[in-house]
Amino acid sequence: MSKRRVIPGFGLSMGFTITYLSLIILIPLAALFLKAARLSGAEWWAILTTPQVIAAAKLTFGASAAAATVSTVFGLLVTWVLVRYQFPGRKFLDAMVDLPFALPTAVAGITLTAIYAPNGWIGEYLAKWGIEAAYSPLGVFIALTFIGFPFVVRTLQPVMEDFGSEYEEAAATLGAGRWTVFWRVIFPMFIPALITGFTLAFARAIGEYGSVIFISGNLPLKTEILPLLVVGQLEQFKYEAAAVIAAAMLMASFALLFLINLLQRRLNWQNH
Amino acid sequence: MSQRSVTTESAVVRFLLIGAAVLVLSLFLLLPLAAVFVEAFRKGWEVFLASLHDEAAASAIKVTLLAAGISVPLNTLFGVSAAWLVTKFKFRGRSLLVSLIDLPFAVSPVIAGLVWVLLFGARGWFPQTAMADTFAPAARFTAWLAQHQGFGWLFSDFAIWLADPKIIFALPGIVIATTFVTFPFVARELIPLMESQGSDQEEAAVTLGASGWHVFFRVTLANIKWGLLYGVLLCNARAMGEFGAVSVVSGHIRGETNTLPLHVEVLYNEYQFSAAFACATLLAFLALVTLGMKSVVEHFTRHTSSDHK
Repeated sequence: MSKRRVIPGFGLSMGFTITYLSLIILIPLAALFLKAARLSGAEWWAILTTPQVIAAAKLTFGASAAAATVSTVFGLLVTWVLVRYQFPGRKFLDAMVDLPFALPTAVAGITLTAIYAPNGWIGEYLAKWGIEAAYSPLGVFIALTFIGFPFVVRTLQPVMEDFGSEYEEAAATLGAGRWTVFWRVIFPMFIPALITGFTLAFARAIGEYGSVIFISGNLPLKTEILPLLVVGQLEQFKYEAAAVIAAAMLMASFALLFLINLLQRRLNWQNH
Repeated sequence: MSQRSVTTESAVVRFLLIGAAVLVLSLFLLLPLAAVFVEAFRKGWEVFLASLHDEAAASAIKVTLLAAGISVPLNTLFGVSAAWLVTKFKFRGRSLLVSLIDLPFAVSPVIAGLVWVLLFGARGWFPQTAMADTFAPAARFTAWLAQHQGFGWLFSDFAIWLADPKIIFALPGIVIATTFVTFPFVARELIPLMESQGSDQEEAAVTLGASGWHVFFRVTLANIKWGLLYGVLLCNARAMGEFGAVSVVSGHIRGETNTLPLHVEVLYNEYQFSAAFACATLLAFLALVTLGMKSVVEHFTRHTSSDHK
C-alpha cells in the first residue's frame, strides 16, 4: 500500500462485507459441493444418468435455449421500438417490461397456466388447432420465455440509447440502403449485448422453478425440469442425490457465465 | 416516397414494427397481468374478500412480512457496505469480489433452499438435536433473563426457540433462504451508481475535517438516496415474492410456515382457484407498486442529475 487512503471505512466495510458474504453465500455453497464431493465419480455417473435426470436435463436445457433464442428476437424488436420510435403508451410499455422481474414466479406460474390451459384464454384456441400448450414441453418454453425476455431488453437498451447516428449517416451518405445499414452497420454493434442478454436469460431459465412447475404439469419423463428433480430427491431425504444434481446444475451455470465473460472481452477488444 | 431522414425507416415499416412490438408486449405481459385480476374476481367480491380474510392467509401475510422485514434490512446494510468498499477503494481481488456478489443470480432458487437443508436439516451438518445441545447453556441463560419483569418479554420468544432451535421447516429457515436469494439486489443497484459518482465529494469532506460517518450520512447518502430506495424496493419485491427457495425450507405448514406465494400454491393445488388468484392479486399489486416506484425514482434521478449540471 503505497498511497495513504483518504476515505475512511476500509477495514469496517471490508470486514463486514467479507463476513456476510461468507456466511450467507460462500459457506452454504461450499457445503453443497462438499456434500456432493463425498460421492465417487461412479456414484455421480449413476445419479446423473438415470432416465429421469437425462429427460429432465434435455427438457431444461432445450427449453431454456429455445426460450432464450425467442427472447432475444422479441427483445431486439421491443428494444428497437422502445428506443427509436415515439408512440402513445411507450413509457407505460417500457415500465411494464420489468413485470416478469417484479411479479412473483408463483403468480406468473398460475396465471400462465390459466391462460394456456385447454380451457384458458389462449389455450382454448390452441386446443382447436390440436396444440397442447399447458402440461407439455411447450408450456415450459412459454414460461421460460416470459421470465427471460426482460434480460435481453434491459441489456440491449443502454447500448442502443448510447448508439449515435453518425455511423448510420456515414453509411447512408455512402449510398447504403436502410436494410443494408441495419444488417451491416447497426446490428453488428448490438451483437455483444444480444449475446449477454441471451446468456443471462438462458442461465436464469435453467434454474427457474416457480413459473414452470404449474404450467408444466410435472409429468414424469415428459415435463419434469431439473430443479423439480432436486426438490423430489430432497422430499425422499436423498440429500446426496439432490446435492449432486444441484452441483451439476451450478457448474453448468457458472461455466456458461464464465464463457460469456471471455467472449465479451474478446468482442470488446476487437471493437476497440 | 420522400425520405426525410436517413436514420429512420419509412412510416409503413415503423408502423409495422411498433404494431408487432405492442402485440408481443400485450400478449406477453398485459394479458397475464389482466388474467390475475379477472380470475380473482370470477366468483365475485364476497369470495375475493373471504379468501383474504381467511386465517391461513393472514398467517401467510404475517410470515411474508416478517421474512422480508428481516432479510431486506440485512441485505441493505450489506449492499451499502459492499458498494462503499468496492467503489471507494482499490484493492487486490476487487473484481473477484464483484463477481461473487453476483453469484446468487446464477443459483437456482431451489438450490438456494437446498444449501440450508444440507446445513441445518435432519441429516445435515448442524442438525437440530446437535444445536439444542450446543445452545443449552445459552437457552438456560435466556430463560433466566426472560423471567425478569420489565424487559423479560424481550427474551421469552428467543428462549423458547433456543431450547428447541428449529431452522428448517420454521421461520429462521425461511428468513435465511430469502436472504440468500435477495442478497445482490441493493449492492447491484448501488455499485454502478457510486462508481459513476466518483469519490471527489467524499475526499473534499474528509479534507475539511468531517468524520467518516458524517461523510457517509451527509455526502454519500444524499447522493445515492434514490438509487438506494430503488434497490431496497427491488430487494423487497423479490423477498416477498420468493417461491422456490422458500418452498424447499418451509415445509408448507399451514398457518405457520406458509408465506404468501406458498399459500397461493397450496390453494391452487387444492383447486381453490379463485382464492389462489385473490391472494395472488396482493403480490401482483406489490409488483405494480414496485414498477411504479421505479418510474418515479427514474424521474427524480434524471431531475437531480440535470440540476447538478
